[in-house]
Amino acid sequence: MQAIVNISLKEGVLDPQGRAISHALGDLGFGEVNDVRVGKQIHLDIDEADPARLRQRVARMCETLLSNTVIEDYNIVIPNED
Amino acid sequence: MTVSAMRVAIIVFPGSNCDRDMMVAIEQLTARRPALVWHKESTLDAVDLVIIPGGFSFGDYLRCGALAGRSSIMNAVLDHAARGGAVLGICNGFQVLTETGMVPGVLMRNAGLKFACRDVDLTFGETMNSPFTSGFEAGQIITIPIAHNEGNYFATNDELQQLEDNGQIALRYCEGKSFGASNPNGSAKDVAGVLSSNGRVLGMMPHPERAMSTLHGNQDGAHFLKKSLEALVS
Amino acid sequence: MTSASDVMTFDHAAAMGLSRDEWNLINSRLGRVPNQCELGIFSAMWSEHCSYKSSKKWLKTLPVDGPQVIEGPGENAGAIDIGDGLAAIFKIESHNHPSFIEPYQGAATGVGGILRDVFTMGARPVALLNALRFGEAGHEKTRHLVGGVVGGIGGYGNCIGIPTVGGEVNFHKSYNGNILVNAMAVGLANSDRIFRSAATGPGNPIIYVGAKTGRDGIHGATMASAEFSDETESKRPTVQVGDPFTGKLLMEACLELMASDSVLSIQDMGAAGLTSSSVEMASKGGLGMEINLDLVPSREEAMSAYELMLSESQERMLMVLKPDATETARAIFDKWDLDFMPIGKVTETGRLVLLKDGGIACDIPIAPLVEDAPEYDRPHDAAPERAVLRSDTLSNDRPISAVLREMLGHVDLASRRWIYEQYDSQVMADTVAGPGGDAAIIRVHGTQRGLAMTTDCTPRYVEADPKTGGMQAVAESYRNVCAVGAKPLAITNNLNFGNPEKPDIMTQMVQSVIGMGDAARHLDTPVVSGNVSLYNETDGKAIQPCPVIGMVGVLDNLDKAVGNRFVAAGETILVVGQNDTQSDGWLGASLYASHYGSDTIYAPPPVDLAAERRHGEFIRDQIDNGTISAAHDISDGGLAVGLAEMAMRGGLGASIHCPDGGDRHGWAFGEDQARYIVTTTDAASLKAAAASAAVEIVEIGTVMRDEQLKFGDADTISISALVDAFEGCIPDLMA
Repeated sequence: MQAIVNISLKEGVLDPQGRAISHALGDLGFGEVNDVRVGKQIHLDIDEADPARLRQRVARMCETLLSNTVIEDYNIVIPNED
Repeated sequence: MTVSAMRVAIIVFPGSNCDRDMMVAIEQLTARRPALVWHKESTLDAVDLVIIPGGFSFGDYLRCGALAGRSSIMNAVLDHAARGGAVLGICNGFQVLTETGMVPGVLMRNAGLKFACRDVDLTFGETMNSPFTSGFEAGQIITIPIAHNEGNYFATNDELQQLEDNGQIALRYCEGKSFGASNPNGSAKDVAGVLSSNGRVLGMMPHPERAMSTLHGNQDGAHFLKKSLEALVS
Repeated sequence: MTSASDVMTFDHAAAMGLSRDEWNLINSRLGRVPNQCELGIFSAMWSEHCSYKSSKKWLKTLPVDGPQVIEGPGENAGAIDIGDGLAAIFKIESHNHPSFIEPYQGAATGVGGILRDVFTMGARPVALLNALRFGEAGHEKTRHLVGGVVGGIGGYGNCIGIPTVGGEVNFHKSYNGNILVNAMAVGLANSDRIFRSAATGPGNPIIYVGAKTGRDGIHGATMASAEFSDETESKRPTVQVGDPFTGKLLMEACLELMASDSVLSIQDMGAAGLTSSSVEMASKGGLGMEINLDLVPSREEAMSAYELMLSESQERMLMVLKPDATETARAIFDKWDLDFMPIGKVTETGRLVLLKDGGIACDIPIAPLVEDAPEYDRPHDAAPERAVLRSDTLSNDRPISAVLREMLGHVDLASRRWIYEQYDSQVMADTVAGPGGDAAIIRVHGTQRGLAMTTDCTPRYVEADPKTGGMQAVAESYRNVCAVGAKPLAITNNLNFGNPEKPDIMTQMVQSVIGMGDAARHLDTPVVSGNVSLYNETDGKAIQPCPVIGMVGVLDNLDKAVGNRFVAAGETILVVGQNDTQSDGWLGASLYASHYGSDTIYAPPPVDLAAERRHGEFIRDQIDNGTISAAHDISDGGLAVGLAEMAMRGGLGASIHCPDGGDRHGWAFGEDQARYIVTTTDAASLKAAAASAAVEIVEIGTVMRDEQLKFGDADTISISALVDAFEGCIPDLMA
């Protein structure tokens, strides 16, 4: 099964990369952009058929390695899940 | 024990670049070559100091130091630290220390979003008793080169206050003779180096092994390492 | 879209960049029509980039020998003997076209490629340098290109852990549509353990190591052989993506392997990937190769033979191992987590045979690919005559300090700190002199000896008079190496020109190579390696010609090295190569003229090679005996700019006597060659030594503690005002 982990910076953590992108968009004429925050997306292909167990295992992966929980939040998306 | 009898181990990950530099620096000061320990080892011989050197371990993939921090050898390093052993993490090594929780905080991308290689001036903080700072007065200034893309130290305000109260902020960027902004990367409270809660582990972004001799044009790094080694054996 | 089973016609060949004559030659050599894979191999090997067909005739006129030369042009890199059983191995290479399309990856893969060329010979790389040309500062693309290229060079070099210690950057409108990114690498090896690429031993295994093969950069070699036009955007997929972490693993694994006595021959897969590496290795050995393409590690599905052979996926090497060394080698590559795959064997047939899907995908003789590659004698003219600019027609009464401040604040001369602080110049802890000096200096690890290195070219001189410009590039490099106290030994060159099918461009190349050869002979700095990049034109407009020289020299005692900053107040400042009657200077083709003059191209300053040699040897002798405390070659911007640079770097001022009469601006900003600014505590000895050596010298002033530059009695400027202009320009441009 597939799982997608979206990792984003926690509220309140300064994101200079996001800020630079926001300014660049403004310079390009997209003045309507107020804020930009940059995260990352990790796609996992896993041998697990049960969505609940998959979610549990992926959460564990996030806590152990994929996300730095000091400064990052994560959410897990299982495509095609009902 | 004298400095020349010290046992020093330098951990090497795939992508570590400054292991040889640190090995040469320690050998210069102790007349004894430190051991280079490959990351796949699971045990560490008894040592007086473990050094985690600079570089781009595992290509800085996922997050700097994230994969190295979960490497096989790190269990032994954590045990060594838990028993009060001394650990020095330089640059990528500092990143590994924060990823493993051996020192608090996180190193994020430089605020200027660019790699920065230059001299910086550092001042020693009012710290707890630590072999890495006991040879220096609070407020004393040294000049050491940095070279990093992710040296921007972050911790919550509460954590920062706690670090300050506990005397864990070992080094701060400060004004001095070096060209450019005194804080090169946006680090909170100008933090350049942080101690563990028992003062036996230090993570720092600047590279003392690059300031070892007249050929380097700067010996402040040799001075810093020498005092640290002397304090560790006394 | 063409498929592997289509019958090839001239149209297919033309799409791959081949001419009708070349197509006919291929058919006649094979005795039949080639298939798609075979045609692709010919087109890659006969491209300008791989065959040097437009430049070979002229490159053969360059001096390549000398007692210091271990390996001249023709191998992956050049090798020179630096004494103590050690060799310096170095080369410069261009990545111009990919860097314009995708600046970060183009520059990064340029660095990766040149490093592989050096470590494939068994040398651990110890330094990187570069030579960059961008469009004018105000051009809309310049900021993006500068940011991308600098980011890419740093991104690769810093991660792989090799210091980037020097280089040069110019900005000029002729590069608006064609930037130049030349990367140079220098490595060290034991002279008796240098590895070469000639395949040897029929039956020996051929091994592929490194990253997996994908579809990157297919036909990159032919892209480099074509001009840009508005269709350039659509070339985006052909740029390769580099992985410096894999580069680092590959470097460590190869160096470990070479120390294990398993390797017979090795070559990196660069331009034209598996094609050029297999063909060149076989050709040099006078042998053949049989390769099973089904065994090539690939990361894409269903790659055709053509794609596998032409892919320019990075971080891959091809090797011939000793017959019983395969398992030793495999263990090393497993440790470093790299693919290690025997894919074929060396044969005696002199043919390249490729197997795929149970059949033969290619079966061609190797000789025509290399030895029968076309060599053109393209038409060229005499170089245009240029008038000599009289300095008094251009200069005026403005105080020297005012003009100086303006010039230092201009992108041509301003501090490149914004750029070089993005490069790690100190990793490996052996950097003795990094960016900002006349030449970079790297300690030979574990010794008291050093290597000095520099890259130089003055394109506006080459455009004005290509032969003089070619000579001057070598002469300036020579001065830069001498100025730190090192003995110049050899050069690598990167020729960057426009379309060689145009006679006036061909003239530039021919004449600058002739000039370069003259200088290299006179100065005893043979050419040991190099690269040619042609077709640097957009919509028919060519770049300012740019034959870059990378020079390497050796210092026997690092304690004697000097820098280019004032070191102590009270020291005397002198100019070597100038006498006390000189009150003017050569402004033709100078930076001063480009800022304040017209667009007319005037003759550049003449180069006197005998004087360059005499002055360089004098400078080195006087550095070696301790008389000279600092030295700076005089080049762009002339004497006044050189003085300002020494003052700003040293944090000290100077009081300079200007000649009475004459032309002040000519004297201050003229770019007369073969000159150095030096400082000393013992002017009398220095002048006496100069007289014995038949070297002209003139005292011009004194180093001062006051941080001011004073020209004559009344013209003063603070060092801090100069620093503000000098340091502010490029950060403002890039903000």
